[in-house]
Amino acid sequence: MSNFFTTRLFFVSLALVVIAATLPLYVSGYVLGLLTVAFYFGVFAMAWDLLFGFAGEVNFGPTFLIGVGAYTAGILNAQFGWSVYPCIVLGALASVIAGLVLALPALRVRGPYFGLTTLVAVLMLQNFIVVFADLTGGEIGLTIPDVISINAGTNYWIALGFMTISAAILYGLSQSPIGLVLQASGQDPVQAGALGFNIVKHKLAAFIVSAFFSGLSGALLVFYFGTASVGTVVDVAVGVNVIVSAVLGGRRTVLGAALGAIFLIVAGEFLRPTGELATFIVSAVALLVVLFFPGGFLGAALSREARS
Amino acid sequence: MRVFQILIDGFAISALYALGATGFTLIFGVSGVLNLSHGAIMVAAAVAAWAAASVLNVGTYAGALIGVGVALLTAFATYFAVVKPIQDSRRIPNEEKEIFVLTGTLLWGIMIQELIAYFFTNNAKTVLPIVEGVVEILGVRTPKNEIFTAIVCCLVIALLWLLVNRTRTGKAVLAASMNPRGVTLLGLELTNIYIVVWAIYGILAGIAGVLLGMFLGVSSYSVGPLTASAFSIVVLGGLGSVSGSLIAAFVVGYLETLTAYLVSPAYRTIPALLLLVFVMYIRPQGLLGRR
Repeated sequence: MSNFFTTRLFFVSLALVVIAATLPLYVSGYVLGLLTVAFYFGVFAMAWDLLFGFAGEVNFGPTFLIGVGAYTAGILNAQFGWSVYPCIVLGALASVIAGLVLALPALRVRGPYFGLTTLVAVLMLQNFIVVFADLTGGEIGLTIPDVISINAGTNYWIALGFMTISAAILYGLSQSPIGLVLQASGQDPVQAGALGFNIVKHKLAAFIVSAFFSGLSGALLVFYFGTASVGTVVDVAVGVNVIVSAVLGGRRTVLGAALGAIFLIVAGEFLRPTGELATFIVSAVALLVVLFFPGGFLGAALSREARS
Repeated sequence: MRVFQILIDGFAISALYALGATGFTLIFGVSGVLNLSHGAIMVAAAVAAWAAASVLNVGTYAGALIGVGVALLTAFATYFAVVKPIQDSRRIPNEEKEIFVLTGTLLWGIMIQELIAYFFTNNAKTVLPIVEGVVEILGVRTPKNEIFTAIVCCLVIALLWLLVNRTRTGKAVLAASMNPRGVTLLGLELTNIYIVVWAIYGILAGIAGVLLGMFLGVSSYSVGPLTASAFSIVVLGGLGSVSGSLIAAFVVGYLETLTAYLVSPAYRTIPALLLLVFVMYIRPQGLLGRR
């Protein structure tokens, strides 16, 4: 861990963050808005990678955690008139509780069975939102009266700072002894347990951390958008984007997941002139990466560096 | 009267679910692949049948045949372009192949869905039914198409049973699902068995898709829900167990129909999801699962 600060990865990341921080000085508000969303998405993808890449849990429902955080914050603000920051904190806490709910089946069932449980969790949340439309705004969505800031630059810096801090914490965690135990328990739970590690405790911790960052990012995103709707924070398609981002950027790298998310959102925007084919092209590129560079962007770059 | 209505409607829906889920579970049982492009293949079949019958005017029978043919081709494309490269890849560690197949087929399904939306729009399409008109059964006005759907589904499932249990090829498939290595040792080429299974799967998904298109209509938005329902039926019944899937299909089909008639169509899917969660807690391997 201590020699991380001398690796090339650290200097490249630092340079990227510094360059990104100066962007508001010379690019338009439109680009900033796009990147703001991309940064929040990057946190979703990194939190997902912690569960999948390290704990080995295939979570098909990242939007369950994101959605609970986003809607809790949104409802407290819109229906009960709480101010922005308590709402964000409570959104993240609600998401941690949701993470614990999701962790319960993970301790019992594995692989595809757990994947399905998480998918069902998303569908249940979606049904819940539609059924309790009075509280949640139903299928139309919930309009949030407050925003963090109306300045595109400020919003951008908040998102960038949030993503950088999250990345540092999540990456640090993944490289720490805890991350190693998680990786071991994901690959062979029986052996990891036999070596004396408490797998249940570590897995629960992974779920809590992943849920905390997902929920926090979801709540921040809601106050950026000014609206919470099924289509933006809960829908299975959003979850698919999160998963694709992480696999595209390189699973088990944490930082790669953020790169994948930024690529996915920016590419989607660049392809907008192609109209309905945009999603097709992005999916096709992602499929090619999965087939030919299974390590993802960062995985491919890191293995080349390791070889040289 | 309502009792009979629920019984009849529920049967047709359940039979359709059963047909859709059977192929899905067969592939998992034999090659361990969970094909998340399942819904896309069904919709592709239905849209092809619709386009052939309503745009090219080839007639309903030829249209249905074209639909099944398109599903067969798409299933082969899924196997050769996505699943096989991942299974053969040396760069993907064995224990991660499952998640790569899931991600790959998911992306592939999205690609099919987007292509359908691009060329045929997102509008719902109803395939012209092969039989038209209504009959009265036990005082319930039932479209003949609904009876046709139920009969075809049961026939195809019966044929599948015969194929798997009574023919040489079928027995090889069955053996592969029990012990792939043993089958190779007996001198059977595993890849050939996989191709047979994907062919059976393509035909089953195609028939299910075309029938669904006649019965309820499809649009490119149905892709996700169709995959999810097949996935949950298969897990409820026990992954890889065909008879478990059949039972689960009827449980889910009747539960949905009951909710739709007695409570509200808006809550249609909720009880089935709750049941699924409940079953996974007390019996994670599903109703008839082996592991």
